[in-house]
Amino acid sequence: MGELTHNYYLVLGAVVFSIGAVGLLVRRNPLVMFMCVELMLNAVNLTFVGLAWGLNDIGGQVAVFFVMVVAAAEVVVGLAIVVAIMRRRDGATSDDLSALRG
Amino acid sequence: MLFAQVIDTPDVDIEILIPLILMGVGALLILTMTSIKKDLPAWFITGWTVVVSLGAAVAVIPLWDRYTDEGPSSTIANSVGFDGFSLFLTVVIALSVAMSSLLAHSYLVREHLEGVELHVLLLLSGTGGVIMAFSNDLLVFFLGLETLSMAVYVLAAMHRRRFESQEAGMKYFVLGAFSSTFLLYGIALVYGATGTTNLSEIQQFLQVQFLIDDGLLLGGIALMMVGLAFKVGAAPFHSWTPDVYQGSPTPVVAFMASGVKAAGFAGLLRILSVAFQPIVDDWGPPLEVIAALTLIIGSLSAIVQTDVKRMLAYSSISHAGFILLGVIAASERGTSAALFYLATYAFLVTGTFGVLTVIGGEGDDDFSFDAFKGLGRRKPVLSFALMIFLLAQAGVPLTSGFFAKFEVIAAAVDAESYWVAIVAMLAAVVGAFLYIRVLISMFFQDAADDAAAVSVPRTVGVVIAASVIVTVVFGVFPGLLDDVAQDALAELNVPQLTIDG
Repeated sequence: MGELTHNYYLVLGAVVFSIGAVGLLVRRNPLVMFMCVELMLNAVNLTFVGLAWGLNDIGGQVAVFFVMVVAAAEVVVGLAIVVAIMRRRDGATSDDLSALRG
Repeated sequence: MLFAQVIDTPDVDIEILIPLILMGVGALLILTMTSIKKDLPAWFITGWTVVVSLGAAVAVIPLWDRYTDEGPSSTIANSVGFDGFSLFLTVVIALSVAMSSLLAHSYLVREHLEGVELHVLLLLSGTGGVIMAFSNDLLVFFLGLETLSMAVYVLAAMHRRRFESQEAGMKYFVLGAFSSTFLLYGIALVYGATGTTNLSEIQQFLQVQFLIDDGLLLGGIALMMVGLAFKVGAAPFHSWTPDVYQGSPTPVVAFMASGVKAAGFAGLLRILSVAFQPIVDDWGPPLEVIAALTLIIGSLSAIVQTDVKRMLAYSSISHAGFILLGVIAASERGTSAALFYLATYAFLVTGTFGVLTVIGGEGDDDFSFDAFKGLGRRKPVLSFALMIFLLAQAGVPLTSGFFAKFEVIAAAVDAESYWVAIVAMLAAVVGAFLYIRVLISMFFQDAADDAAAVSVPRTVGVVIAASVIVTVVFGVFPGLLDDVAQDALAELNVPQLTIDG
């Protein structure tokens, strides 16, 4: 049986981050896109904690709290913009948002 | 005796933080005041915003004296850096908040959007920018960036009745959040490689350590470069810029192009050119490619645009490419050249979008070349001002734009980035063409008979006049500002507390 090193957490973080990034690029629903951003931020949190454990340093764990606050604030702003759009339009998917181009 | 334990809190040097506190507290105070007294007059709100942000700029003067006397220092456990660089950019950001607020004053009345929100968000966004300029720690930098960005996402979507504005806000938000996660992932990996998020410590680490297996560090830098390049609108991460600039309210675009850009470059300069300076050979070549792409895509795409606001968005992309030359140089000369560019460009671009604010007319959406036809005859003074801004953006001598471009290209040549310097010179030539296109519409074509009347409100006039004066004065006497920019270097090697371990 191998030992559980922090590298496993780094790999898991990278995988989750990639899932979030690909999801954001291919999905059209704004709520799913926000979830993908959350997924990416939490992958970073996992990376921070894993590295903090590997380095035996508390700094990485503290960073996670800041990131969680930022993630919460970010989704509030995002949802507010979606609500503002939905008041005037039927949909806010990325296909509906195509007035600006060129 | 759990409760008797003393927690060592870091020393806080309040004096350094005065500009920051002024803007942040000023924003919250005016927000509170309007919720207590609902019918505050618009002039009071604008006046408050302008006084607070100009106050933050003035508060820098005694700090600058202290900096020249005592040299750089840091506070709050070395996470806030006090040096000429942070003071210089604080002034740039504070002035761009003040000017955008003045532009917004008459805009809000014209578009029936009266309210305190835009001014509060401008101040809060400026606060985030100042935090970025002062940050000496990647986490503090990230928090400043998010404070700045979140306010700007809302500002972009500010116009309730223009769908384009909300679309711009949404696009900016999704792509901005996306790029922030890349920046943050980069910070996490750099933390993993160096064991710290503090920029001084990272620099020290890189000076003494030679990493044999540096995949984590290089991956982290690459991800951070993606995030930062997005924020300043550098190709190939620029695709949001034209849409967001075209859709957002014009006074907000003025702030995006001046304040937000200055804050983004604060990050690039401090993190890459200073903290990661010891390994410039690793990040320099990729950034050269980014700068060249930015210059080429920015100036070539601008030519084919039919909408002047969108064209100026592409031109701001190519300006970002020029400023990147100063970052690539990773030298004192490069940093001061980039600072000079940012300061003069902030006035140039605010003046340009100030003129566009009045030309757009009610609805804020007519920026075709037709709207500019015959403007030289109808509004000679306004056209003359716009001519100066456009010539300065093209880099014509005797305007501040010439010396700015000259300095960054010279810094790149000093750093032996010859091919990018040549690309930059070619881009400047191509760029000149598109500014002349607007001038031709303005002076050599007749207006349509039903052209909307253009009136210049006094607040917008003040901003345009101030920008013209700055552009011409620093164009004729560039040394005035350049001497200051030479002193305003980012210095991270502050005497440190010894960290055990």
